[in-house]
Amino acid sequence: MGITRKALFVCFILFAALNVTFAANEKHNNEHSIHAQANQNNSDTIVEEHNSNSHTESNEFNPTDVIMHHIADAHNWHLFDKTDKEAGEKHGVSIPLPVIIFHNGNLDIFMSSKFHHGHSTVVKENREYALYHGKIYLAQNGELQFDEHHHPTNIKPLDFSITKNVASMLISVIIILGMFLPMGIKYKNGQMVPKGIQGFLEPIILFVVDDIAKPNIGEHNYKRFLPYLLTVFFFIWVNNMLGLIPTGANFTGNIAVTMTLALFTLVLTNVSGKKTYWGHIFTPPVPKWLWPIMVPVELIGVLSKPFALMIRLFANITAGHIIVLSLVSLIFIFKTVWISPVSVLFVLFMDILELLVAILQAYIFTLLSALFIGLAVQEHH
Amino acid sequence: MDLVTPAIGMIFWTVFTFILLLILLRAFAWKPILNAVNSRNKSIEEALNSAEEAKAEMKKLYSQNEEILKEARAERDKILKEARDLKNKAIEEAKEQAKTEAESIIAAAKAAIDNEKRSAINEIKNQVAKLSVDIAEKVIARELKDKKSQDELINDLLDKTNIN
Repeated sequence: MGITRKALFVCFILFAALNVTFAANEKHNNEHSIHAQANQNNSDTIVEEHNSNSHTESNEFNPTDVIMHHIADAHNWHLFDKTDKEAGEKHGVSIPLPVIIFHNGNLDIFMSSKFHHGHSTVVKENREYALYHGKIYLAQNGELQFDEHHHPTNIKPLDFSITKNVASMLISVIIILGMFLPMGIKYKNGQMVPKGIQGFLEPIILFVVDDIAKPNIGEHNYKRFLPYLLTVFFFIWVNNMLGLIPTGANFTGNIAVTMTLALFTLVLTNVSGKKTYWGHIFTPPVPKWLWPIMVPVELIGVLSKPFALMIRLFANITAGHIIVLSLVSLIFIFKTVWISPVSVLFVLFMDILELLVAILQAYIFTLLSALFIGLAVQEHH
Repeated sequence: MDLVTPAIGMIFWTVFTFILLLILLRAFAWKPILNAVNSRNKSIEEALNSAEEAKAEMKKLYSQNEEILKEARAERDKILKEARDLKNKAIEEAKEQAKTEAESIIAAAKAAIDNEKRSAINEIKNQVAKLSVDIAEKVIARELKDKKSQDELINDLLDKTNIN
């Protein structure tokens, strides 16, 4: 219980930090849009905000931009910035990733390097694409139209690109398969005594089986759900860990990802829901005149459970990233190297905490999924 | 707002990749691993059970051995006792037999001595009778002469007669 309480406390701190940073973000966005409008009258290229922090804003450091840029998804994998000595300009050095766009029945595939960090548009037959703030729009004559809030009014085509997050996920899949496929082969060949990585992973697998699945789903039903629970546990854990590596992607802090995972749990829960589960929703054990209130409440409950899963994972991981980046930003905000020991110490502390959070969130997601499934499959007794 | 707006491409790739990962891991990792762990648990349980059984068996065997040993000891004691008894009995019997044998021999010897004695007495008797008759004959034959010569004769005869 002690650990759970502490973990909740940590989560609370992270949430609090997230709120503060969001508030800061709102304020900075306004300043930012004014600046972008000034660059609008460029005819052949789209001025992308990407590297503008240093030279267009007269060396004004904007931590919100940096942080938001780092936690957002991107079409290229940004590694570091390099200053060109002759021109005095900063260039981002990044790995280009494939852009896949499906628009009006046409499939366009090209590398993101063709956008030249958003400085030029890409023309495919009669379609012209522009990259603006990490999003792809349909452009006309190399230009985008903006509304009064400086949001592009152009159509956004269906974007199935291998973004930084997708690439990170594919790497995580390779890592996970590399962890477990040799292990599966070893067990299949009758090597029963765990050796090497087997000895590390087997207790974790057995922990998920014996301490998450079995007690929450029940002796009779838990075996069916083991593949999902094990996969989701290791998928979240490995991706959380990958996100902690500098230049890594914020995959599990992406709302689309956590939404997808939560939807899997939602579907699995309701597909395997038994009579007792549905009976509890549509004929709750309360007087009949209360049913008009209780049934909608129960139906909201069906959705709110996975919704909480989605928000919890997203917020925890994103908050962790934001805190680490904020602490690093302190050095540039105070413009002194003397603050760096403080930053480094705090970042070190946060990183160690994040290692804990990485497995904790994987555990919580799996535990709650197992709990929801367990509630759905239990028989009346 | 971008932060909390799910992107369609991301959802698509996550669904696709996660399901693929789930299928691959289910077939090639979770199934063999969990099966192996289950069968290993079973074999451990069996091994423990059989060890327990072996222990019980051993205990049983040990007590059985003890029993057999005890019985063997009792048997040995019994045999020894019997042998001792038998020995004593044999000695006793032999002694008895020897005694009776000796007694019968002594008795036979006594009887033989008696017989010899009787026959010797009879012989003596006969000799005496014969001698008496002889003496009487000679006495009678010389009686007519004098008294003196009679006595001489008797003494002479008596001297010559060697009573042995």
